[in-house]
Amino acid sequence: MKVMAQMSMVMNLDKCIGCHTCSVTCKQAWTNRTGVEYVWFNNVETRPGVGYPRTYEDQEKWGGGWVRTKRGRLKLRSGGRLNKLAHIFSNPNLPEIHDYYEPWTYDYDMLLNSPAGEQTPVARPKSLLTGQDMKISWSANWDDDLGGSVATMQDDPILKKMSEQVNAEFEQAFMFYLPRICEHCLNPSCVASCPSGAMYKRVEDGIVLVDQDRCRGWRMCVSGCPYKKVYFNHKTGKAEKCTLCYPRIEVGLPTVCSETCVGRLRYLGLVLYDVDRVAKAASVENEHDLLDAQRDVILDPFDPGVIEAARRDGIAEDWIEAAQNSPIFKLIKQYKVALPLHPEYRTMPMVWYIPPLSPVVDVITGSGNDGEDVRNLFAAIDQLRIPIEYLAELFTAGDTAPVDFSLRKLAAMRSYMRGINLEEGRDESIAESVGMTGTEIEEMYRLLAIAKYNDRY
Amino acid sequence: MASRTRTEPATDGPLADTLLELSKFIRPGEVSPDLRTLFLTGGRDGDVFYRDRWSHDKVVRSTHGVNCTGSCSWKVYVKDGIITWETQQTDYPSVGPDSPEYEPRGCPRGAAFSWYTYSPTRVRYPYVRDALLQLYRAAKQQHPDPVDAWASIVENPQLAAGYKRMRGKGGLVRATWNEALEIAAAAHVHTVKTYGPDRVAGFSPIPAMSMISHGAGSRFLNLIGGTMLSFYDWYADLPVASPQVFGDQTDVPESADWWNASYLMMWGSNVPVTRTPDAHFMTEARYRGTKVITVSPDYTDNTKFADEWVAPHPGTDAALAIAMGHVILTEFFVQRRTPRFEDYMRRYTDAPYLVTVERNGDRLVPGKFLAAADLGGEAATGAHAAFKPAVFHQDGTVVVPNGSLGHRFSAEDEGRWNLDLGDVVPPLSVADLESWDGASAEIALPRFDVAPEPGQEHAGGTGVVVRGVPVRTVADVMVTTVFDLMLARYGVGRDGLPGEWPTGYDDPSSPGTPAWQEEITSVPAEQAERIGREFADNAERSGGRSMILMGAGTNHWFHSDTIYRTFLALTMMCGCQGVNGGGWAHYVGQEKVRPLTGYNQYAGALDWTRPPRQAIGTAFWYLATDQWRYDGLPADQLSSALSRGTFEGRTTADCLVESVKRGWMPSYPTFSRNPLDLCDEAEAAGKEPAQHIVDSLEDGTLHYACEDPDAPENWPRVITMWRANVLGSSGKGNEYFLKHLLGTDAAIRVDETGEGSRPRDIRWREDAPIGKLDLLVTSDFRMTSTTLFSDVVLPTATWYEKYDLSSTDMHPFVHSFTPAIDPPWQTRTDFETFGALAEWFSRLARTHLGVRRDIVAAPLQHDTPDVMATPHGRVEDLPLKPGVTMSKLIVVERDYTAIADKWKTLGPLSEKLGMATKGVTFHPDKEIDALARLNGVVESGPMAGRVRLDSDRRACEMVLAFSGTTNGRLAVQGFEELEKKTGQKLAFLAEEHEGTHISFNDVQVQPRSVITSPEWSGSEHGGRRYTAFAVNVEQLKPWHTLTGRQHFFLDHDWMEELGENLPIYRPPLDLHRLFGDAKPGERRRIAGPGADGQMEVSVRYLTPHSKWSIHSEYQDNLFMLSLSRGGPTIWMSPKDAAVIGVRDNEWIEAYNRNGVVVARAIVSHRMPEGTVYMYHAKDRTVDVPIAETSGLRGGIHNSLTRILLKPSHLIGGYAQLAWAFNYLGPTGNQRDEVTTIRRRSQEVQYR
Repeated sequence: MKVMAQMSMVMNLDKCIGCHTCSVTCKQAWTNRTGVEYVWFNNVETRPGVGYPRTYEDQEKWGGGWVRTKRGRLKLRSGGRLNKLAHIFSNPNLPEIHDYYEPWTYDYDMLLNSPAGEQTPVARPKSLLTGQDMKISWSANWDDDLGGSVATMQDDPILKKMSEQVNAEFEQAFMFYLPRICEHCLNPSCVASCPSGAMYKRVEDGIVLVDQDRCRGWRMCVSGCPYKKVYFNHKTGKAEKCTLCYPRIEVGLPTVCSETCVGRLRYLGLVLYDVDRVAKAASVENEHDLLDAQRDVILDPFDPGVIEAARRDGIAEDWIEAAQNSPIFKLIKQYKVALPLHPEYRTMPMVWYIPPLSPVVDVITGSGNDGEDVRNLFAAIDQLRIPIEYLAELFTAGDTAPVDFSLRKLAAMRSYMRGINLEEGRDESIAESVGMTGTEIEEMYRLLAIAKYNDRY
Repeated sequence: MASRTRTEPATDGPLADTLLELSKFIRPGEVSPDLRTLFLTGGRDGDVFYRDRWSHDKVVRSTHGVNCTGSCSWKVYVKDGIITWETQQTDYPSVGPDSPEYEPRGCPRGAAFSWYTYSPTRVRYPYVRDALLQLYRAAKQQHPDPVDAWASIVENPQLAAGYKRMRGKGGLVRATWNEALEIAAAAHVHTVKTYGPDRVAGFSPIPAMSMISHGAGSRFLNLIGGTMLSFYDWYADLPVASPQVFGDQTDVPESADWWNASYLMMWGSNVPVTRTPDAHFMTEARYRGTKVITVSPDYTDNTKFADEWVAPHPGTDAALAIAMGHVILTEFFVQRRTPRFEDYMRRYTDAPYLVTVERNGDRLVPGKFLAAADLGGEAATGAHAAFKPAVFHQDGTVVVPNGSLGHRFSAEDEGRWNLDLGDVVPPLSVADLESWDGASAEIALPRFDVAPEPGQEHAGGTGVVVRGVPVRTVADVMVTTVFDLMLARYGVGRDGLPGEWPTGYDDPSSPGTPAWQEEITSVPAEQAERIGREFADNAERSGGRSMILMGAGTNHWFHSDTIYRTFLALTMMCGCQGVNGGGWAHYVGQEKVRPLTGYNQYAGALDWTRPPRQAIGTAFWYLATDQWRYDGLPADQLSSALSRGTFEGRTTADCLVESVKRGWMPSYPTFSRNPLDLCDEAEAAGKEPAQHIVDSLEDGTLHYACEDPDAPENWPRVITMWRANVLGSSGKGNEYFLKHLLGTDAAIRVDETGEGSRPRDIRWREDAPIGKLDLLVTSDFRMTSTTLFSDVVLPTATWYEKYDLSSTDMHPFVHSFTPAIDPPWQTRTDFETFGALAEWFSRLARTHLGVRRDIVAAPLQHDTPDVMATPHGRVEDLPLKPGVTMSKLIVVERDYTAIADKWKTLGPLSEKLGMATKGVTFHPDKEIDALARLNGVVESGPMAGRVRLDSDRRACEMVLAFSGTTNGRLAVQGFEELEKKTGQKLAFLAEEHEGTHISFNDVQVQPRSVITSPEWSGSEHGGRRYTAFAVNVEQLKPWHTLTGRQHFFLDHDWMEELGENLPIYRPPLDLHRLFGDAKPGERRRIAGPGADGQMEVSVRYLTPHSKWSIHSEYQDNLFMLSLSRGGPTIWMSPKDAAVIGVRDNEWIEAYNRNGVVVARAIVSHRMPEGTVYMYHAKDRTVDVPIAETSGLRGGIHNSLTRILLKPSHLIGGYAQLAWAFNYLGPTGNQRDEVTTIRRRSQEVQYR
């Protein structure tokens, strides 16, 4: 066992209001400059939708992440690293600007400086790349709130994978939001893709960074990252990516996206993990086993053996304490409500998500039954508007059981707490039905609902 | 390392490994043993870039003065004197250990604000339109005096039309501050002198979002006698039902109180979008087991959080609410008596009050509240006996409970204005009386939901339903109770009562049932039934913690007062109002100036002159922009089938005239002559000015300006706008503004109303005025439609460049604006601008005005004895008597040379006359001494010894010192006065903070929690969450209504005429019937440019609030545009898109009688068929091409709307139906519109 510390994040999608404040504060702080106009280290996607850059989850097309070879070894999907070196000058899997969007501005000057004429002045859109007039036809968030669903939804790589038919019809409408930053993976394929050795994972906290001095702009990292969270600065010619706000983290402040998250859905914390077991975990044969394999890599910071090993491996006492107080550990390991994004990419991502509940379908409401009634509690999970299969394709390589389990816990918490709220008592049987005690449910409730600043970060 | 066997997990193949192993020696650092990854520690020079980027010199607390009710405190980062970005503050006082906190507060729009500071749309210098500036400079050559020079231009029709025609067509050129202010001041002085001070107007909304920036301008205008326009009603955000039901403008829970709800319905309120920083309380409350329901016609953002989505057809919400009420009344009042609900209804609503049953032709209808005056004997002789309604005692006698309006304003009833019923337990129903003999009456009730008979479509869907109520005879009149009427209204039958009743919930034929509503709304009857039941069941189990968040989706309709009354009825029946976690929560445009009294003194200049001229914005614009000429809406088309003919032969515009003449509503300009001249005339005639006016009105030599709004002497001449964008945002009937008010090109597509349907009481002038306004001055920091069309544009400091105060309904804190940098370029704060304008004005006034007497026509005012002007709400023809049958006429002396001196010092009246807020008078005796020491006093000159208000910080201190919410001593003082009136304990609510005075320094350090004060109806006592009416419910303080209780029943004549005595369902206006508009769903094959042979489709046109802007603010912000579609869009359903052959992102045009809009289509299956959304406040500034339909710039969202007045909003002078500024007035509703949409040529032109 070799213990390392990893700064990690959990986002509770059930609370995400899709406001994009995180995107804006991140952009303002980090990428509001030339060369990275199109870059959003943090973006928010409406799902179903095609994402940013478009269809980035289609690894058949983009070749990001790892695959497991027949011999059980991990290989970069886009080809071995030798292959990468061989094709260093022609990278066929690179998204083009139109896969992100062509950034633009407007000739705002015309509003003030138009000479007297016949029409009211207006500011036309101008490309930030060419300076020419343009018709805006894609943006950083084009399909927000199912916008243009009829034109684009069929391209959502998740929907394509699903066996269940999802139609773009009013009666079947559902949506939720997926905020994304760099996953700061335990097994980052971007780092492995870099021919210059410019990408690295910080020893002390696992933050994945690009050394701006060493980067030679090969962009193999862009292709190698299945989340497309490494970007190319076309002015400096170097790769840039989410830094997990290390200048803030280092002085004890949460990341900008976390602190400014007005939905209060982001949790930030250290976890300890066994670096020696990462590769094995990432190589398990069955994709459905990746979730548990990754959970197993994460160590129990209360385990005396782990504490001893951590000390041995040079992890400071206050970091061990931080790992013990970490909300991440609770959400990932203890309550098991948080799930990783696309574990099948085998990068061992460390930004996890609590899946969202959603309204019950019309069949329930039309029948006059109450989906919330405790007697219907679990039946209703199967009747939510967001198909559970959709969530499973995002978070568990298609395995619906862990998603179902997570949603049941949320539902059970609501039901249990309703009893307390109405002063009608604590119904332990509800807690038991999801393998928890009432006390545990109340603790989870405090973390998810009351969620004080100091408990989130 | 070399011994590593390849059975271990590994990557790639041996060759790659060898290479990578090699790289381990090239690159210092640690490669993971399996060669997956590279670890590095220490000395990372390559990281320096990001570390540098994060560094900054200082962080400053400020906020955004934008109309969103967020009032979020922000950290503004500054580096090298440049604002870099902003993030939210997280240091709000705690809500307590068991609740989520307010941190962080803010949204993406606020996070994008700093973009404006240095953006190319920033107004950096003063600008004047070239066409005007050249005229003015030339005129100055002839007339050295600025006022004379101005007069020489505007009094010359050719010259005036020339520069007005150029409005909105570019050609703004830089001017100096002095030149710009000179022009503005000259226009003001000329107008005051020639036409009257009430021909000068100012528009600036939502003081709470930056109180001093608003107040500085308002103070200037009020000192000169100008008109300040209301905004809350104009925005259609005012829920008229609130004054109708509660006698209160709007008072709602703070968002942390959502957390206390255990049943939460979001009804037409898209919380994640419109209350972004508060939404988390809703998402988090679900984890306490709160059930969440969304009612919305589309799959809207907040639907994601709902347990259930209810999707009624747009505008039919009242039918759904009535059906829920039907279930609640049936199951919780009739089949079973719910003790809590029954008790609540008795104490806190008008349900047990007696209503007469009257004759209307051959039918019986509900009449008036039975009052003490009707009882004869001793009861009838007491003070204000007509305003003391009565109930039954349980023994069958009639009693007059405490707490009615009649008790409020009479000395003999001191201590009896309370809700204490003593030992009286009034029965809700006449049938509850043991002595009831079974007598009943068949009451005729109006309905509006029936299909018109063939050939009778013009009459609309009016009809009658007859249902029995138990009655009894009292003092020779037949009476029943409000509760009995409610059961009849809601169709809840009881054994033995005659009439037409539904056979059950599944009976669609009789109004009120779940099945009935399904036919109207499309919501499954079972769902409506169950949610109604759940709402009440939850309220019973939780002590009233069922809450309805309601907003623009249900409040922006023509008939939204009726929609809201059906919602409020649910909360009242279930005992939810005044309970933490329960009741109504109206969230659209509501604004709460927490330090209200101090703000009112400052902004109203009430320390110097009273009363201010405050107008109802909607009516002002309706007349000023000549929308009345296109309207001709027959008022009797709105009447019920039981009409008594009150509105016969009259339009809604005529109703406005009547309202003004009766003193119900204010109207400025008021009379057909300059009010300064009227005073001079009176003096010459040796009469009091008021008598002179009455005489002149009676002999026909004087008229109201609203009777002839197109006469040049009655035009508004000068308008100043700041913190506002009427022409790009709130201006309903935008194209009419452009044509008639401004005199420039407009895309109006309909003719004026023809003879025969014109208003009866307004003079029709054949030639409509083009360009009434002489000067439009706008102060802003960015370019909007309003600045584009203004004559003078003044550069304003942004919210990060000034001191000010912010507060909101949504949280209980007051906090500060602080400059992160000084105002850059030539920008000035609003405070500085109006200070300078006041100086210029005073200087020019020396020659032209001097000291004059002015006479202000002040309407019958809410929360004063004026509201007893109309006993029983009977509208009768009576002789003119100021203050009773017409406005009060109050003479004000104005020293026009001293405006600047007064503007920047504290006047004597706050101390001398006290400071009245909602009927409570505060006396700032000690506060003035303290303020003098804090702010300093003027050392010499005419204002020597007066407290200085000559900086924005000093003005902030005045507001904080003079308000109970921020000064505990005043709060206690106010409560003590209220204790005398009510005889109830109240002062304890504030005593814990009696010594607390929150200063400006305090709110700069941290947002500060306010103190419980009689300025508001809720309580923060002991750290509890604010909810409206907690003090009424817990301390038995009456509501400011006729009965002192919450009202289901309104007995004013006009309410009866409209069929709205009781909560009722009225469908959206049928504009096809009223104005010949297209019918929703209509399809037509068209000929025309770009679209020949294609189809066009007519749809409902809704303008909800946008995700990517706050009104028009931020809709031009590059961050918001990059995260959305980059310009104006219209959302439509795939089915409607298919009809017109349009694909996502293609250009379309939407048009109707009022104008045209060009936008791109967003086609999405979250939209229902037959309805499109153009998110509100799409300005014409960004990516708007020329419209094919008009040949003009494509318009704003309000190019398709037009003002429509509802008579019920115009009622005044009667109990809670009485005017106060932004409290009551006709709404600028816009939801009932229909538009026709076509795909246009995809080749768009921009010029």
